[in-house]
Formats: sequence, C-alpha cells, structure tokens
Amino acid sequence: MTDVSLDPTQRAYWTSDQDVRWCPGCGDYGILAAMQFLYAELAEDPATEVTKENTVFVSGIGCAARFPYYMDTYGMHSIHGRAPAIATGLAVARPDLDIWVVGGDGDMLSIGGNHLMHALRRNVNLKILLFNNQIYGLTKGQYSPTSEVGKVTKSTPMGSIDAPFNPLSVAIGAGASFVARTHDLDRKHMMATFKAAHAHKGASLIEIYQNCNVFNDGAFDAINKRAARAEMMIDLVDGEPIIFGAEDQRGVMMVDGVAKIVEVADVGLDAIAVHDAKNPNSAVAFTIAQLANDRQSPTPFGVFRQVESPEYAEAVNNQLLAANEQQGPGDLAALLHSGATWDVA
Amino acid sequence: MGPRLRLGGIAHGPALFSRHIFGNKGDQVTDTADRLEAQGIHAVVIRFAGDSGDGMQLTGDRFTSASALAGNDLVTLPEFPAEIRAPQGTLAGVSAFQVHISDHDIHTPGDEPDVLIAMNPAALMSELGRLKSGGTIILNTDAFDERNLEKCGYEADPRTNGTLDDYIVHEVPMTKLTLEAVTDLDVKKRDAERSKNFFALGLICWMYTRPLEPTIDWVEEKFAKNQTVVDANVLALKAGHAFGETTEMFADQFEIHSAPQDTGTYTNITGNVATAWGMIAAGQQAKLPIFLGSYPITPASDILHELARHKNFGVRTFQAEDEIAAVGSALGAAFGGALAFTTTSGPGVALKGETIGLATSMELPMVIIDVQRGGPSTGLPTKTEASDLMMALYGRHGESPTPVIAAYSPSNCFDMAIEACRIALKFRTPVILLTDGYLANGSEPWKLPDPATLPDISVEFATEPNSTDANGNPTFEPFKRDEILARPWAVPGTPGLEHRVGGLEKADGSGNVSYDPENHGLMTDLRQAKIDGIAEDIPLAEVDSVDGAKLCLVGWGSTWGSIVAATQRMRESGVPVDRVHLTHLNPLPPNLGDILQSYEHVVVPELNKGQLIKILRAEYLVDAQGVNKVKGLPFTAGEIIDAIQTMTGVQA
Repeated sequence: MTDVSLDPTQRAYWTSDQDVRWCPGCGDYGILAAMQFLYAELAEDPATEVTKENTVFVSGIGCAARFPYYMDTYGMHSIHGRAPAIATGLAVARPDLDIWVVGGDGDMLSIGGNHLMHALRRNVNLKILLFNNQIYGLTKGQYSPTSEVGKVTKSTPMGSIDAPFNPLSVAIGAGASFVARTHDLDRKHMMATFKAAHAHKGASLIEIYQNCNVFNDGAFDAINKRAARAEMMIDLVDGEPIIFGAEDQRGVMMVDGVAKIVEVADVGLDAIAVHDAKNPNSAVAFTIAQLANDRQSPTPFGVFRQVESPEYAEAVNNQLLAANEQQGPGDLAALLHSGATWDVA
Repeated sequence: MGPRLRLGGIAHGPALFSRHIFGNKGDQVTDTADRLEAQGIHAVVIRFAGDSGDGMQLTGDRFTSASALAGNDLVTLPEFPAEIRAPQGTLAGVSAFQVHISDHDIHTPGDEPDVLIAMNPAALMSELGRLKSGGTIILNTDAFDERNLEKCGYEADPRTNGTLDDYIVHEVPMTKLTLEAVTDLDVKKRDAERSKNFFALGLICWMYTRPLEPTIDWVEEKFAKNQTVVDANVLALKAGHAFGETTEMFADQFEIHSAPQDTGTYTNITGNVATAWGMIAAGQQAKLPIFLGSYPITPASDILHELARHKNFGVRTFQAEDEIAAVGSALGAAFGGALAFTTTSGPGVALKGETIGLATSMELPMVIIDVQRGGPSTGLPTKTEASDLMMALYGRHGESPTPVIAAYSPSNCFDMAIEACRIALKFRTPVILLTDGYLANGSEPWKLPDPATLPDISVEFATEPNSTDANGNPTFEPFKRDEILARPWAVPGTPGLEHRVGGLEKADGSGNVSYDPENHGLMTDLRQAKIDGIAEDIPLAEVDSVDGAKLCLVGWGSTWGSIVAATQRMRESGVPVDRVHLTHLNPLPPNLGDILQSYEHVVVPELNKGQLIKILRAEYLVDAQGVNKVKGLPFTAGEIIDAIQTMTGVQA
C-alpha cells in the first residue's frame, strides 16, 4: 500500500509490504533490489514518466515468478509458462502501461517456450526477464531446459541426456529486437541492462544468470565470481572492439561469419570485431551468443542486439484508428442493418 | 401421415406441419409467371447437395437469402465435410445445405427434405436416404458418367436401374446448359463449368418464384473484382431460371407466402454472426473496449472473422499462437479493463481450462464462447453436438464454480452474448457461453432489436481506497466484496490501488497470499456463494404450458427448435405436453426444481449421452428420462416424439 511519506526516488517507494520468501542467499534477491533501485533512479528523471500505477509485473510460476508480489506496482502471478501470452493481451489492450514479464528457465523455455517465441517475434512492448538458474527450484531440483548434458538430478539419476537451450540464441532466432544478458552478482550491470530495455520500444529479452544456492549452487561460479570475471566475462559495448581479459589481451574476431575467441596480439586490434548491437543482420548477434554454450567458456554479457522494429500493440491500435477513419465510428444500429434486410409492416 | 399429394411433378407431402396445397381454391394464389399460376404451398424443405467444390453452401445460402427477403420464415442446416477438398466426386466430398422455408413460424430445418438437388452421383448416393418418400430429385445428369458413378460405388446407373422409382426425378444437363449460357464469354471451359451451381439456383428460384435480383446484386458485389465471373454467374443463373420457365419438364411453380411476423425490420442471421454482433453490442452497452483472443478452430472461427471486420467499434482481435495464449491474452486484457473474450470449440476449451480456473480464482470478468462440435478429440469438426456441458460446468481442477449459459437459436446468440457479458462484468467472473455448430452456421430471420432497448451492462472500476490500515491510512483491499460478493475491479493506471493478484490462495479482503486452512475454506465458500447467488439475478424458468400436461420436455441449447416442433405436433394430435428450455445452466433458475417435481414424466432430449439429465437428477431428485442423439446432426421432431412414445407410453 502507498506510504505517502516515501518519495519515488527511494527504493522503499517501489517495495511492497509483502515479506520476501525466497531462500536465504538466493540470487533473486539481488535482481529484485536492482529493479527497485532502477525504478528509484528512473523516477529521478521526469522524462521517464514512471509511476507505480502504470507499472505492471506479470509472471508465470516458479521461484522467479513470485517477483510481482514484492514490487509495489500492479502485478499478476499467473500460470506456468503463460505470462508472455497474458502480458501480450494486457499490452495490446493497454499500450499505455509499462509492463515487465518475469519467469525462470523452466517457465520461459519449457512449458512457456511457445509463448516466449511468439511474444518476441511479434515485438510486443514487453520487457521479459528470464531468470536462468539452469534448474527447477520450486519443484525441488529437476533438470531444466538450460541444464548441461550429464546433469544428475532427482529426475536424471544417470545424468541428463537433453541438449540445453541457449536462451539468447532462441531469442535471436525468434527475431527479438532487444536481447541482452546480465547476472545476479552485478547490480550496476543489471540496472544498466534493465534501463536499456526500459527505453527500448518492442519486446526485450534479458537473460539473467541467477544462482540457485539450494539446488544448483555455483552454476556460474566459473564465470561470474569476482576472481573469474576478467578472463571469463566478455563485456559487449556498442561501438567498441569486443575485447576482454585482465590485460584486454583477448578478443572476438569474425572468421567466415563465425565469432571466434582470439589473442589480440596474434591478429591485431584492427581485426577484432567491433560490437554493433544495431546490426540489422541478426547472424552476428547469433554467433556471438553461440560463444558460450557451457560453463567453462568466456561468456558475453551486455546488449547483444537492439534494433528498431514496429511494435505490436501500436500496430494493433493503428489499425483501430485506420478503421475508425475509413468506416467512421462504430454505429450499432448500422451494423445490425448491414446485411440484406426486409420490413414487415 | 396423411395421403401424399402430388401436384405438377413436385411432391409436397403433408408430413411435418400439416402442409397443405391449396392451389386451385384461389384466395392465396398469386400470379407470378407468364404462362401459369404458381401453386401456393405452406412450406418446403429443400436440400442442395454436391461436391465440396460445387458451391452448394453458397447456393443454399443465396436461396435462403432470397427467401428471407420474400418474408418467409426459415431455418437452415448447412452440412459440410471437415476436409476442405476431399477427392472430387467421392462420398467424403459431399457438401449439403438444407433449408426449410415456410409461410408460418417454424423451428427446425425439417425432418425430411421434399426436394433434393444432387449435382453428382456421390451427392445422390449420400443424400437419397434422407429424402421424403415420393420426394423430388433434380439431378445434374452431366455428372452421371461412368467414372463418377464408380467413384462413389454405384455399380449400375441409379437413374435407370430402379433406384429412383419411388421419386419424381428431373434430369437436367446442368453442366452443358451452363457452358452454352456462357459461350459468348471469354472463359475457359473449366472455369465456365464452375457456374453450374448458379444454374441450379436459377432453376430452384424459378420453381419457388424467388426473384433473381437479390442474387444478381450479391454476385455483382461479391465478385466485383472479376467482371467475367460476374457475367458467367449471372448468365448461368438466368439460364437456369429460363430453363424452368420454358421446358415442359416442370409443370408447376410454387409460391410460399410470407410468414406472419411482428412488424419491424428483419435480417437473416447465422449464430456465429449473431454472437459476434452480440459481443460488439455488449461492448457498447458496457462502454468498454472489446478484446478477443482467439485461435482458429472449426466451427468458431467465423466469430473471429466477423469481429476482425469491426475494429471501428474499438474491437481488438488477437489471433494467438494457440488456444492457451488466446484465453491468456483475454485474461490479461481483462486485468487491464477490457471486455475480454475468447472463442473456441471443445478441444480449445480443454486447453483453456487452467486459465479459466485462474480467472475464477482472480475473480476477473471474461467470456469464453464454446461453439460445440462432435467429440471426443478432433471428433466431427464440422458437425454439431452438445457434449461439452459437463466440461463447461466441471472441466477445471479444484473447486472452481463458473457460470454457464447456452444460446437456443441462431439469433438468440446475440442476446446470450450480451447476457454472458452482463454476468461476467457484474459478478467479476469468467462465464462460459455454449453455442454449437448447428446454431453457428444455421440461420433464421431475426427481427432486429432497437439498440436503445438493449440492457445497460456497464460497471464501475474501483477508483478509491476501500479500507484503512492499522494506522488509519487509506488502503485498497482487492478482495473486499460488495453485497453480491463481487470484488472491486481496479485496473492498472489507477493511482493508489496498486495490488497483486494471482493463482495462489488469497486472504479474504487483503488478497495477500494465504495458506491458512480456515481462509482457504472461507474463500472456497465465498467463490461458490457468489456464483450460486447469480440465481437471484437471472430469469425464472418459464413453462410453455397447456392444460392437463403430465409430461414436461426439458431442453437446453440448439435442441429448442426440435423440441418446440415436437411439442406442437404432439399437442396437435391431442397429447398435452409442456416444455421448459434452459438458457442458464449454472446456476439453474431457482424455480426449476418445483417445476420438474410437478410432472409425472420429465423427458430431457440432448445431443449428447445425457449430461443435463445428470444435473437435474442430482439437483432435484427427479426421475428424468433422456432422449439422446450423437450423430453430428440436430434432432428431428419425429425422433423426439418417437422416443417419448417408446419411453413413456404417451401416444401422439
């Protein structure tokens, strides 16, 4: 409930009165804080026009899906997998709203894979957060569609034989106009990524590497622990050469259209690919996303792709305006008489 | 059955509604043709049948339209295969359209056709069994070659081997005559042949003295982009008409006078269009924008098509990626304050169950329209059935009471669409509206309502806090209920009323997540009580009653026409029978139990294996008996009467 003593530039203003019920140590806490801090920051700039009443969080089912309860905005905790579809209806009916969709890897890529794909290809004005912890947490630890091959869980005692999804490849393949990756240990990076998505018109997919400290602890340790970051995280900066490493000694080079990790010294800085998120050809973003399909390879973070593309709800509403112009405002009596009629005197 | 009367080569037996021919007595005979007088008849049932590609639905539809404009009462039964184009000339590819036209009030498409137009041997083989004994057959004799006969399994030519001895047969070389009619046009033979359905239509229009102008106007508008097609169809139509007029083959013409109707403006309407218009009307009467989330499915898709044409009413139609997304998007739109719908058929309802349950739990208004078809599974996609009642009532997990209503005729779909919205909006609940394939595609004349007489179904969104916290600060409790137990509908964008809803159990009042056992019991009871309370807000069941009736027919949905016809026929033969037709199936009208308990016999005809009857027996402990049919077709009145006689010994 609204506490009038708070002002929108404070995190507490965006925090609901509900007790947060994730496991202690869960990566979701960091993501929630980043979102609350982001809204406090956005509120400092009147041009963003953010308000509690115009902000909606829609989620599916899973640990991540409890997220809406903790934001003091409008929210819906819906059905496993269906949040993108439900949010699409909301966005089409109410293009004035600022809508986020929250789900985990099971919610978004398994039971709800179809809806995610279609929300992205339609380019509905939704900011979709995919909390990827590579495990089913709420159902206590079965493998997920992003779990690595060989993963031993309660449902795969001999190891998983499923090849995992690369969520960003799925999103880019579905034609998403905004695709990014961030992780739960870096609030600043999360906030910057969320903020870029917030400013984007159309569908955004943000994969968040998120640690499940109960059922899949340390899944990303080799990549995002502080000591590993320099060598394992590739920071994508638009317009800059894609280089990483403690000494910026490594980089990404395009070889026959395929992104490869190279030593800068071997090829020269000029040969290193310059990141272009606005490249209309999604093949480049796709091959960069393919750099990391496991937990051991250097992994790109940041905005992979951000292109302008017609937004769905606006297109729907433009058709309504056009129909109104061509046919005039709806007249029920005229509609009822629009077929062949006859009079009985 | 009285003696069969034959006149001028067309049989119009008196089977169904005491049909009489009164040609020579004068008073109602009209001069319509140059060379002869049209014989007045009261009613006729005509069945057009041909290959899927022969345009029989269009032909039937145009004849219906011309008859509607002539002021006849009418009921139609289109029947087509699920395959878009089954192999040409096969039984699987036969498409038929039956129309019953009359000079008096009628309610069914007719038990048995009087006239069959068969465009090929497969149509004859498939449909002959339905034709009234002694009925009239008009054949496109050009299609009766060896290959076509073989395709449908005729070992000998039925025209010559005695098969048709009991009928009056007219062999017309329709293909050849159509080709001759369009010979001056620059069209390929193959294309020209396609106009033969208009030849058949022209001939039937002549036979039943229907003017050609409405059809010509329609052709000109429909095919405006292709003048050659317009010309070919119009020439074929006129040639068919002229053929009837000039050949000796058809000795007589028939006239069916306009049926006495209330004064007003009428149109001919199908159930699906009536449903779509009802949805639009509901949006106007609720002063809310309409959102339809839908996934194409037979026989419901036409509702989506019709609504998509009317975006100027503020209608947003969304063709979703699947049935689940269709209902999900509708629920999202409802959360945002739209009047939200999803339209589907049985298989779609099965998929939507979880989301309907969420809407029941979140208590948001939404209308689910199920145009029922034959099941289970894919079943009979293009055929009618009323076997989704139990799924509509109970097809969700948990205790999830949901109102269910059903339309009884094509035009009634308009009223029931509005009624579904009224209940949904007022009580903040999903509502399931059942129609079926027969209502969806069938048509009838409809006296157009004056929009000013439609009910106001608008509701208020919540705009202000409705409670205070411990410190006296205003707060909003999304599950604090009003006197009818409806909760406030606060839509995003409303300052100060920010709240979260979801599928987890909610604490009474605050709506916060609650696992408290007592609260779950309370909320389950409240949700049930809210839906039960709707019984006080719906019309009482009305009995169509006569003196001395010991038997009451109870129906729901599209069986209405057949039950009305059966009731009338039984009464005409001296058996008093009463009748109740239910539009509200959950909750049921509060007086229904008393009504049913007052009869010796309660008979429930249903196009399923007995679904309403289980409810009636469970709710009211009445020893009801069922008349059941699951053949993809509506009841004939005769079937209901025969079943009653067998079951109860009550003789008609």
